[in-house]
Amino acid sequence: MRDLLRRHRMWRPRGELRSSYDVVIVGGGAHGLATAYELSKRGITNVAVLERNYIGSGAAGRNTTILRSNYRTPEGARFYDASVKLYEQLASELDFNLLFSQNGHLTLAHTDRSVFVMRERAEVNRLLGIDSRFIGPDEVQALAPEMQVRGDATYPIMGALYHPPGGIIRHDAVVWGYARAADRGGAEIHPYTEVTGIETSGGRVSAVQTNRGRVAAGTVVNATAGWSTLVADMVGVRLPITTHILQAFVTEPLKPLLDVVIVSSQMHVYISQTDRGEILVGAEIEPWTTYRMNGTLNFLQEATRHTLELFPQLEHANVLRSWAGLCDVSPDYSPILGLTDVDGFVVSAGWGTYGFKATPIVGTTLAELIATGRTPQLIEPFALERFYTDSLVSEAAAAAVSH
Amino acid sequence: MSFVLQCPNCGPREVTDFAFGGELTARPRSRPSERELHTYVYMRRNAAGAQLEWWHHRSGCRAWFIAQRDTTSNLVSWTALPEDVADRGEGAA
Repeated sequence: MRDLLRRHRMWRPRGELRSSYDVVIVGGGAHGLATAYELSKRGITNVAVLERNYIGSGAAGRNTTILRSNYRTPEGARFYDASVKLYEQLASELDFNLLFSQNGHLTLAHTDRSVFVMRERAEVNRLLGIDSRFIGPDEVQALAPEMQVRGDATYPIMGALYHPPGGIIRHDAVVWGYARAADRGGAEIHPYTEVTGIETSGGRVSAVQTNRGRVAAGTVVNATAGWSTLVADMVGVRLPITTHILQAFVTEPLKPLLDVVIVSSQMHVYISQTDRGEILVGAEIEPWTTYRMNGTLNFLQEATRHTLELFPQLEHANVLRSWAGLCDVSPDYSPILGLTDVDGFVVSAGWGTYGFKATPIVGTTLAELIATGRTPQLIEPFALERFYTDSLVSEAAAAAVSH
Repeated sequence: MSFVLQCPNCGPREVTDFAFGGELTARPRSRPSERELHTYVYMRRNAAGAQLEWWHHRSGCRAWFIAQRDTTSNLVSWTALPEDVADRGEGAA
């Protein structure tokens, strides 16, 4: 009872930076914190997570919380499947309720062409043991009874790629759970600490300059999503990444009407209902690059129009708030993960619109890479070097529309 | 809100009138190595600040033109047809 009234801190406030860390992680988002936690499990505890703003203030706190693994390439599907499996037991591992609603994910097909692509994706998924299949309009209607499936829609629903392990999870809880676990493991979390430069010596990272002083570092991890090219610039590593905004909005809370995730590639919209009852709608990235996280009126007009095609009963629902986040988009819609030409400089970047769903697997694979010096097989296809050897991993069919 | 671009032919239009063509990239030397070619094709500066970039007036005169835009504020300082831009940074590495 006394415990109820005590003020709990999720992680300890830290004093001054130490003069030296084995590992400095730039970016206090989901990936950075998961990596710090996984490093602590491997006994590497002289670790600092440096975040320019507050913890989880970037993409980790702005995404639309969707998890899935029904990707198009074997490399991608295998990787995201490992991530979903880690997510399934993450709440018990972190001893923190992550509010994971694993109720299924539907990607709607409105044309013959998309039916074809989705059947192909289902085959790739099934060969890898991922629960994924193409279903017809009747089954779509049964899974989403409140959605308008029949009728004279502009984009008729001809079926869907159904992925039962997909779902939504509380994104802030994932950030806080990992932050608490990393802190308990011994890592230091330093919010409001901006990295302003990275020093190298003999082709190897040696130190990080911050607004709070200089710290020596054996390994530096760039986990800064939309800002990753700017951090890579500090050591002269070039990335094939451009930064774009992705926008989303929520309505006021409504009674439960949808428990699966609905995605329409043709309509550039994806829809879910949060545990609070808000209808959460996300869209496509803006085609132009920007670092300014302001939304556009055009997004609200298009996204609401398309949402009403599927859920006309929302016509009088009020939009509660909308926001934008930065996405680091790579040419093949796959991440850039692992070592670079500069020794000790590790990147987790190119996450576009799918970084959040990869959080646990990024933590485990990067920690293994840093601890052993060897790239885990699972992330070998995502090396930066692939852009110099024509070995891209094209996920355009399954990730070019963000969901 | 989004922003407005000044088409050199048509005048100011909302950004949705245009297709974004990406940042201006420096062409590699005439007989590039494979690595230089891949760098040219894929690697980007992705500047935070002033950026020279290509735009296409897709829903208008269909001309390609160059703009300088600050990517941290989306303020466009100027636009011009490519033949009117003396230094396009193409000599840079």
